[in-house]
Amino acid sequence: MKLKLLLGTALLVLGISTSAMAEDYVIDKKGQHAVIQFKIAHLGYSWLIGRFNDFDGTFSYDEKNPSAAKINVTINTASVDSNHAARDKHLRSPDFFNVDNYPTSTFVSKSFKELGDGKAELTGTFTLNGVTRDISIDVKHVGHGPDPWGGYRRGFEGTTTLTLADWNIPFAPKLGPASAEVELYFSFEGVKQ
Amino acid sequence: MSLRNSHDRFGWVSITIHWLMAAAIIGIFVLGVWMVDLDYYDSWYHKSLWVHQSIGMLLLFLLVFRLVWRLTNPVPEIMGLWWEKLIAIWVHRGHYLFMFAVMVTGYLITTAYGRGVDIFGWFEFPALLAADKGRETTLGFWHMLLAWGFMGYIGMHAGAALKHHFVDRDITLLRMLGINKNRGDEK
Repeated sequence: MKLKLLLGTALLVLGISTSAMAEDYVIDKKGQHAVIQFKIAHLGYSWLIGRFNDFDGTFSYDEKNPSAAKINVTINTASVDSNHAARDKHLRSPDFFNVDNYPTSTFVSKSFKELGDGKAELTGTFTLNGVTRDISIDVKHVGHGPDPWGGYRRGFEGTTTLTLADWNIPFAPKLGPASAEVELYFSFEGVKQ
Repeated sequence: MSLRNSHDRFGWVSITIHWLMAAAIIGIFVLGVWMVDLDYYDSWYHKSLWVHQSIGMLLLFLLVFRLVWRLTNPVPEIMGLWWEKLIAIWVHRGHYLFMFAVMVTGYLITTAYGRGVDIFGWFEFPALLAADKGRETTLGFWHMLLAWGFMGYIGMHAGAALKHHFVDRDITLLRMLGINKNRGDEK
């Protein structure tokens, strides 16, 4: 009886953990199959595109229960890269990201809703420059399946638009009216654990 | 007066380099402090940095030439007690080290992404070290700290020169202006 219970518990625990593991993905940082990019108008005449080179994250997604999907991403703000040394130095300074005071920026999801046609809406809490706000992200399923090296991968892309004035960026007003908003784009490929 | 230094006087090359560098260094220090607070829409926002970098690079070349000139010329005798001379020698060496550190950190900031420095549109000096993204921020801090430190250092240097002139009443300051006799000496 006791043995049966123990065995039953063990199976249950094993069952839960395998089912939980089955839907957990780690963003493929090592292979750099992940991008966090920002796009902002320069004077209103063209686009400046930059990125964060260093971030980590995990997500879980179960096709049978997509609304339980979760994602958690931490960005190293000092890794900002707009391909221009002097500008990146400025972006790290207290005029923009103040990386000494706020070395990381995080996104923690709250809800995920499938909209059909491969689209979804993700909401969550985004922290940047010490400001924490709820944001909504338009997500698209890109693809999923076994990879050629014995693993299983799943990828999403998403976009959202942030208003600079909301995020404690002292230099933002000086960029001019055309640059009041920044568009964030990400593409994450997760390797199933 | 000759171009080269002798054992008791500075030649015109040393004198010219000394005052030219003094003026240019103080000039781009002021420019540097001023430009970092410029508004993005200020017409000097980009030009100020370009002028700062261009003059800074020319100063670096001039510093290399100055070192060569210094090592291949006699040095006029330092006036003072033995320990004052000893301090003077090391303070002077410190000037070279300080200038070199400020200018090289500036150069390494500009070339952090592996791109050369444009000098007044005349030519581009290449990035000699491999790109190292992120060093512009670390070195930017040191560039600023060293620049302020050097201003204090040359303030001390100017104070010492004035002390020689007004307290010791010797020709230390005058000979850097090409005058090798004190008015008092003529009496």
